[in-house]
Amino acid sequence: MMLSACGAAPIEPPLADELSIARGEAAARRLGCGACHDIPGIDWPKGRVGPPLAGFGDRALVAGRFPNHLPLLADFVRDAPSLVPESGMPAVPMTDREARDIAAWLQSLRD
Amino acid sequence: MTSAAAPSGGGGWPPAVFDPAGPYSEPVTTLAWALVLGGALVFTIVIAALWIALRGSPRLQARLGGEKAIWTLGFAFPAVVLTGLLIWGLTLTSSLSATRVTGDEMRVKIIGEMWWWRVHYLDAEGRETLRDANELHIPVGKPVLLELEAADVIHSFWVPRLGGKMDMIPGRTNRLLIQADAPGIYKGQCAEYCGGPHALMGFVVVAHTPQDFARWQDSRQPRGGEGGAGLRLFLSSGCAACHTIRGTPANGLAGPDLTHVGSRRTLGAGILPNNPGTMAGWIADAQAIKPANRMPAYHQFSGEELRALSDYMVSLK
Repeated sequence: MMLSACGAAPIEPPLADELSIARGEAAARRLGCGACHDIPGIDWPKGRVGPPLAGFGDRALVAGRFPNHLPLLADFVRDAPSLVPESGMPAVPMTDREARDIAAWLQSLRD
Repeated sequence: MTSAAAPSGGGGWPPAVFDPAGPYSEPVTTLAWALVLGGALVFTIVIAALWIALRGSPRLQARLGGEKAIWTLGFAFPAVVLTGLLIWGLTLTSSLSATRVTGDEMRVKIIGEMWWWRVHYLDAEGRETLRDANELHIPVGKPVLLELEAADVIHSFWVPRLGGKMDMIPGRTNRLLIQADAPGIYKGQCAEYCGGPHALMGFVVVAHTPQDFARWQDSRQPRGGEGGAGLRLFLSSGCAACHTIRGTPANGLAGPDLTHVGSRRTLGAGILPNNPGTMAGWIADAQAIKPANRMPAYHQFSGEELRALSDYMVSLK
């Protein structure tokens, strides 16, 4: 058992816990992120104002500006203009935890 | 108000028809139970007859196929049951619509449009006191008489937990009574196919305690919001050709009145939560959200302009 577990396991960044991911998806539905983004798992709406978010967990950069790390992504989700002043994505009222959960969910989206 | 509370009656469990929230939806629930239980009884009889036809004794099969069974089960039974049900149902639901105004009710005119709702609050004499759209505020425990009209095609007004369902027909005024006995948010839906985005023609009723309702009425003064860059963009981009914001030069009538749009529970007629993000998405590309609705996509704004405009709209409380 030990030996097989030490075999050639693919190196994946650790996923945030499943509960956080599930809460993140629910928060994204409640806040209506689909109004601007086409996101896997959200059937409607599939907005076209911002980029589609399929495979977001594999993306290196957020908004082409900074590394796709969870704390930074959470800040961007909640208050995009504070990081990218010319962004069309407004600051959306939500709690710290909702922002972290949504970031965790986005990073769980893989192609 | 930033994240819309889940409205009740928009799916989920129990179904709205078994979860009435006022005296004008209770008869519908009674009727629904009668139909469900009566339907179950008739279904049982049909299955029993089927079993007899396939597996029953020759004597029972002969009786089931006899002339007497055809007359009683095939003719008399449905005739009596369906006639009785029609008379009882019409009697039971006659109180849900109103033929005249008695003066004790709150009065509101609601006009169905492709694919949203004009809401005109009226005083006791029928004079308009306030215009709004897609959301109706009422006090609990008081009957509300809705004068239902249509501007283009036939729509149907339906808030399942608060009352019956009533068609809105061009050239006619139909009257429906609703009442909420508990404060809350009640979801409504156009119930008559009216073209493309019919399924996205929702409605919200917010029922307040009498004190909250008085506060809400006092807050309906046009403030024009924060103005500044957002208002300038609104006026220079053509938004005012279709939309009114009282207290500003914007006085268009084709689309929903936006004087208090920031305080609405939803955007797009009961379909999206209302926050700066969904507002920006709606302004920049309402067609992606509600295809074929009459608001074009506005692709000309920079990111900062779009945010200024959506922040301004959300500030219109």
